[in-house]
Amino acid sequence: MILRSYALFWMRMIQYAAVGSVKFYLWILFLLALIIPGIAAYYYQFTHGLIVTNLSDQVSWGAYIANFTFLVGVAAGAVLLVVPAYVYHHKPTKDIVIVGELLAVAAIVMCLLFILADMGRPDRFTHVLPILGRLNFPRSVLAWDVIVLNGYLFLNLHVSGYLLFMKYLGRTPNKLIYLPIVFISIFWAASIHTVTAFLYSGLGGRPFWNTAILAPRFLISAFAGGPAILTIAFRSIKSCTKLNVEEGVFDLLKKIVAITMPINLFLLGCELFKEFYTDSTHVASAKYLYFGLHGAHMLTPYIWSAIAMDLIAMIIFVTPRLRSDNRIFIFGSVLAILGIWTEKGMGLIIPGFIPSPLGDIVEYTPSIVEFFVCLGIWSLGGLIFTLLAKVAIGVLTGDLKENSSISSQH
Amino acid sequence: MKPSDKTKGTKIEKMTEVMLANPVKRRSFLKGLGVVAAAAAAPLGAAKAISDKAEESSFWETFFQKHYKEMSAEDKLKVFARIERETKASHGVEVKVQDPQAIPGVKYAYALNLSRCNGSRRCVTACVRENNQSRHEPEIQYIKVIEMPRGTMDPENGNLYYQGESVPNEGKFYLPVQCNQCNNPPCTKVCPVEATWKESSDGLVVVDYDWCIGCRYCQAACPYEARHFNFAKPNITAEEINPNQSYLSNRLRPKGVMEKCTFCLHRTRNGKNPACHDACPTGARKFGNIMDPESEISKILKEKRVFVLKEELNTMPQFFYYFD
Repeated sequence: MILRSYALFWMRMIQYAAVGSVKFYLWILFLLALIIPGIAAYYYQFTHGLIVTNLSDQVSWGAYIANFTFLVGVAAGAVLLVVPAYVYHHKPTKDIVIVGELLAVAAIVMCLLFILADMGRPDRFTHVLPILGRLNFPRSVLAWDVIVLNGYLFLNLHVSGYLLFMKYLGRTPNKLIYLPIVFISIFWAASIHTVTAFLYSGLGGRPFWNTAILAPRFLISAFAGGPAILTIAFRSIKSCTKLNVEEGVFDLLKKIVAITMPINLFLLGCELFKEFYTDSTHVASAKYLYFGLHGAHMLTPYIWSAIAMDLIAMIIFVTPRLRSDNRIFIFGSVLAILGIWTEKGMGLIIPGFIPSPLGDIVEYTPSIVEFFVCLGIWSLGGLIFTLLAKVAIGVLTGDLKENSSISSQH
Repeated sequence: MKPSDKTKGTKIEKMTEVMLANPVKRRSFLKGLGVVAAAAAAPLGAAKAISDKAEESSFWETFFQKHYKEMSAEDKLKVFARIERETKASHGVEVKVQDPQAIPGVKYAYALNLSRCNGSRRCVTACVRENNQSRHEPEIQYIKVIEMPRGTMDPENGNLYYQGESVPNEGKFYLPVQCNQCNNPPCTKVCPVEATWKESSDGLVVVDYDWCIGCRYCQAACPYEARHFNFAKPNITAEEINPNQSYLSNRLRPKGVMEKCTFCLHRTRNGKNPACHDACPTGARKFGNIMDPESEISKILKEKRVFVLKEELNTMPQFFYYFD
């Protein structure tokens, strides 16, 4: 009986996701228009090999891993809604927390796609699976990452899926089924970004990454960038759908970034002090990033713009008069996202390779193939989130429930 | 020092030098424009791939192939036969793929006399010939020779792309770097699928090219730039192929996997020296078994003031340097 209605639930969800307003279709078309070139670019890379990227033996990770790193932060950032909703029973947050969890789901899917895009042999993905593969656990931090990322995906799908199904059936969810998972997912959220930081900070041969504050920096920048993304996501949801996102949610997010953004910049400052005051040979990568090294300075304009964006965003976030204006706050959020994306994506991954351990300086910017693959994955993530959110909103607003006909929406 | 040590005026082998002199293999943006064309040609390409039956069958064969350590002797023979067949099909060359095992009681070490090395890069050329590396796009070389100014051991002060009519250049010394076959290797630790490991008895760090997923984490972890990635299907002509191959060392590599120096495992496990050792015109390279107290390498480690690169990283190399 329950299985039957579960199967029906899925069918109804798929139906519901496929039907929408003109605006909705235009948005989907726009995303598809970016996804298709991405697929073509990836096909080109798949057949020719990673030689179509600008990666080299010297700079062996680039745009894919940079985006991956940033998106792990986005996924972890969702926990900022989960804690107030489930632990502190903050009513406005509780109403919409599922959408936040689905954003985490979309972010993790993008993470996994970026990893797949970066692999030289994506056809051998089975080698990380149990039984079929040979996962180097617990020695390899990447093996840990495989586990925590997939685990986080599963936890979020379980909680949001279960709650939505119950809401759809009109039943009260059984706390025993979801609450323990919620608490696990809170710690798990911290673990995904910690493990991802350990991927880099555990390498003795890369002094730029080999720093103990990398994990705290990753977490705090996730807690600054995450709310910025959530703000934009929920503002668009509020304006485009029937879901009532209370101002209490935005007030909460504002309070969070007013604290996390300054801490993020403080930690960046700590890193800069250590690098430049110590002035050992290990400063070379930081020198390359901020001032250029031996005439190579491709990243300098990016990092300074990132810092400028971070600073402006911080000023907006900490000044009550500025942040209370929604438009200025959204502007600040966009700056924070771009700033953090640059500073902890490209600004962290690329300089780790420059200079190389043997002192070679090979610079890197993404190739056009990488650009389109990245854009395609982001758009696919956007599409996944749009469809997941659409269905979730349908259930939350009561549009989509067991005893209603599909036509009752819109 | 014998007079032959100072082989000043040695003509360097131009070809390799010119290639090495090409500092950055940054591929042009223009190349990327091909994407659009590729998108149009995509269905065509797929059709071709399917029509290519031979390639198709070996794809599934490798898809279900087990990790080297999990293969039975029988499995291995099948795999080696497949590689021989593939090389025959792709290059028309008969090769023999073997799997020499570690010799009991042998642990290898390498020592390099920096007073003797004259920077001729003969080792680089010999290595490429021996190990069937991709010659261009990507160009893979296991040994990098750094031209160093006096007064420093920091490779960042050196020049990897030195060129000219003759070596050594005035006031310089030469620092060849290749896989250090570390006793505490950071590269094997990070591999998510155990596609690379340190052989327990003779200490060689090897890669199962058919298991590697191409994540390049080992490349990020290695402090000696000893790991090289096949960004494309290796480019090597039939004439360039060395038919004497082994599964864990110099057999032709697939696209998208990591490769590295194995101290010429297929030679050394058969009692020979690595190709770089035999190619050295100045006798700067010393290779041998450190378990044998009478070997030359053991004596060098005992008598010379040897050192390793980046000792502070505790990688514990099996590759030593000394001046005399």
